[in-house]
Amino acid sequence: MALTTISSSTGAVRGSVERALRGARVDVRGRLFEAALLACLLLSMLVLGVLLHTVVTDGMPVYTERGWEFLDGALSSSASRAGISQGIVGSFWIAAGVVVLAVPVGVGAAIYLEEYAPRNRLTAFIELNVRNLAGVPSVVYGLLGLAIFVEALGGFSGQSDVDRRTLAAAAATLAVLVLPIVVITTAEAIRAVPRSLREGAYGVGATRWEVVRTQVLPYAAPGILTGCLLSIARAVGEAAPLIVVGAVTGFLSRGAGLSVSNVVDPGHLTERFVALPTIVSHWAKLPEEEFKVANSSAAILAMLAFVLLVNTLAIVLRNRVERKRST
Amino acid sequence: MGVPLTPPEPAVDLSGDPRRHRRERAMGLVLRGAALASLLVSALIVGSLAANAAGFVAEVDWGRVLANDAWNPRQGRFSISTLVVGSLVITGVAMVVAAPLGLGAAVYLSEYARPRVRAVLKPVLEVLAGIPSVVLGVFALNWIAPEVVGTLFGEREGRTGSMLAAGIGVGILTIPLMASVSEDAMRAVPSALRQASAALGARRATTTLRVVLPAAVSGIVAAFVLATSRAIGETMVVFIAGGAADSATFTANPLDGSLTMTAAMASLATGTDGVRADALAVPALYFVGIVLFALTLGLNLVADRFVRRVRRTY
Repeated sequence: MALTTISSSTGAVRGSVERALRGARVDVRGRLFEAALLACLLLSMLVLGVLLHTVVTDGMPVYTERGWEFLDGALSSSASRAGISQGIVGSFWIAAGVVVLAVPVGVGAAIYLEEYAPRNRLTAFIELNVRNLAGVPSVVYGLLGLAIFVEALGGFSGQSDVDRRTLAAAAATLAVLVLPIVVITTAEAIRAVPRSLREGAYGVGATRWEVVRTQVLPYAAPGILTGCLLSIARAVGEAAPLIVVGAVTGFLSRGAGLSVSNVVDPGHLTERFVALPTIVSHWAKLPEEEFKVANSSAAILAMLAFVLLVNTLAIVLRNRVERKRST
Repeated sequence: MGVPLTPPEPAVDLSGDPRRHRRERAMGLVLRGAALASLLVSALIVGSLAANAAGFVAEVDWGRVLANDAWNPRQGRFSISTLVVGSLVITGVAMVVAAPLGLGAAVYLSEYARPRVRAVLKPVLEVLAGIPSVVLGVFALNWIAPEVVGTLFGEREGRTGSMLAAGIGVGILTIPLMASVSEDAMRAVPSALRQASAALGARRATTTLRVVLPAAVSGIVAAFVLATSRAIGETMVVFIAGGAADSATFTANPLDGSLTMTAAMASLATGTDGVRADALAVPALYFVGIVLFALTLGLNLVADRFVRRVRRTY
């Protein structure tokens, strides 16, 4: 970084000195090294390009032929009739579960760790614990959901074993899964709040909570929002824990259709469920080409459209705030 | 602020509005509760895994678990080594893909890219990080298996998924993690070191290889360990493109299909609400889960050590 500032201010001088010292030879090995590094980066991005291209070419025909009917339809064993509306409903409620459960608890935990907690062993242990939770494989969270939200808590509802595998249990499981992500990103945003803001507020007699509410949270809000968006995108794309909790494979009789009244009907929460990523994985494993390639790619397009939109929003938001604050 | 509820008895009351104090205490407790929730989650994970796996540990025939034959829970075959070797092969392939590409991209972004180029390329890498793993799974099955594995090793190999195809998919998935953690480590190296090296006449490549990389080595090791842990824990790519359905015979050949610990869990769970399988199938799910949890926890703790060492040095 510093090298670039030097070269930009005195570029011409540096260039001529360099040439004189080297006898005007080109630094071949240096150039090759740089080219190899750039190739690594571009290859990673090329993969992204090929991936998007494949998904679009495989999935687009489904939309051009069936359009809205594919989005609005129900699961079916016939590839030409199968639709993903039940998956959209499931993913909608999972995102809602993350917003309602994980965001308040995660933001609260981060505020406690950064603003309230004494610097002692318990705090250090909680912080270590949060970092490790972020690294626990998602499929293990599925087991947690199965053991706690399905087996233990589902027991109160008096339903049979299979009927306890509800959308509510799935949403709660994914809320737990993204909790450490919310805590870590929020803590980072809070750490970036300048000390002077807090000291100013304490100086005029504010209590700790008043400092947090009037100074820390407003300043950290864009960073916190970024973290929340990233965790929603993560939850919507996550399939493994849902499979373990017991997403339906194959047929689901109720809840089809994309009318607003159907999507937001909380009655879905106590029923069995599918979500977009579990539909994708189920279809991809079927032997028929239409399911395996066309339909699964079309379902991926619907899911990617949402996930990439939310992620891009988060990245743009963060970069804009960073740029504004660095000047 | 506001009027005190009780009229102050001393000449000046500095204690302020009792409502503020009450709210302050209440918020402190609420936030503390939220922080403790993370401990509760850990306790529940360990507790539920251990409680449910206990039945498996007590009842299973350990000869079956330690045998090197096959993983097929519905027939009572529980060879854990089949799954561990599957996980190792796929993680190995993934790291062969992710380590050089991720590290190379990180070095370029941190040492070579102009700020304006970096401002464009970095977000693209972050988009790659946000792609759900099911998507990579379908891509590995429908594109990597036929186009890459099939082209290199013959048509037959690319027909269905294989550990190689799944491993490449997992590798692509872990490139952004590898790149961002090692880039952070390199950007934490003070620029004074680079300037000193340049002042001695070192070329940029020499500065990078002899000064920056050695100074950032613990962060790069951490990136590698974190990416490994992520690759071991990755489920969907292997579940979709690993070339095995719900059982696998012992193999270490990347061109074969097999199961990893994670994929075995997903496929076990897929069938549990249908026909009642072997009575040990569900406890086996938790047993594999606890092995996986212990493995990734160990790796993450190691990585954490290395990351903290970077912070302490500079």
